[in-house]
Amino acid sequence: MTVVTSIRKDPEALTMEITAELDATVERAWQLWADPRQLERWWGPPTFPATFVDHDLAVGGRASYFMTGPDGDRHHGWWQVLAIDPPKRLELRDGFADEHGTPNDAMPTSTMVVTLTERAGGGMLMAIESHFPSLQAMEQMVSMGMEEGMTAALGQIPEILAGQVSSA
Amino acid sequence: MCWAHLRVPLPARVSAETLRALGRNQSAGRPCIFGGVVPTYNRMVVDQLEREQADRVFHALADGTRRDILLHTLDGPHNVSALARRYPMSFAAVQKHVAVLEGAGLVIKQRQGREQLVRGNVETMRQASRLLDQLEAVWTGRIERIGELLADEQNQGANA
Repeated sequence: MTVVTSIRKDPEALTMEITAELDATVERAWQLWADPRQLERWWGPPTFPATFVDHDLAVGGRASYFMTGPDGDRHHGWWQVLAIDPPKRLELRDGFADEHGTPNDAMPTSTMVVTLTERAGGGMLMAIESHFPSLQAMEQMVSMGMEEGMTAALGQIPEILAGQVSSA
Repeated sequence: MCWAHLRVPLPARVSAETLRALGRNQSAGRPCIFGGVVPTYNRMVVDQLEREQADRVFHALADGTRRDILLHTLDGPHNVSALARRYPMSFAAVQKHVAVLEGAGLVIKQRQGREQLVRGNVETMRQASRLLDQLEAVWTGRIERIGELLADEQNQGANA
């Protein structure tokens, strides 16, 4: 059973951490990131599937991918590995690329820290923390591969505010 | 960059200003401002305005007193003097906080007789939480797909 166990959104620090409980071992879950063919099955939504062209998970190594939209339009992105400790931790810089897959330095990047931990009583926890350097960067990054995000419930009482006040 | 699938309607306040600046009426541009209705140049203008607005919102929310004021005024209109009594600071300081919230579009001031009432603007709050909500939706989608992937694998293992 796969369940999202916690979501922490901090609009001041421009971070979001999402934690999910997976019915798998830490080693198995690591393959979701380490094997590009497995990544392709979940990174993009069905309407914007991802194809990984390069995938070198070593410090300084890069991965490049593109997402294909419903009209055949391609949107390129890349990762750079900042730190890696298999099968427990992966720290990536996440950025945009032009139509040839060349990193676009004019565009902002975000960082993503993936942490995999065994869970007492079986299964494991996968935490992903995304951090953005600015609100502008967040807007740009979030809009990439965002088809399904459009259904985000705008009508709800803002969770951010509730979360901020209770922690203040 | 694919603004094309950022299909979020602009908040009413920003889009009204923006569309006036672009010489368009609201009904023509509003439903899908990033979806090809507005030419690229104008889209950049819209984007810039929306971003400045977002910066003001996040700045306004970065202060505990202002968040508290906002919470109270989302519940119902309050006058500034009543608000000022809640905090260990001068009337002028509270007035200043209210002005920052107003500048970000988070509260609206209205006059009722001799009283100046402040009420929270729910629309802008929704805009502030929008981006992180979208990011959350991206990741819940990914985790759902991971769950399916793992379940498929286990089923295959069971059938083998």
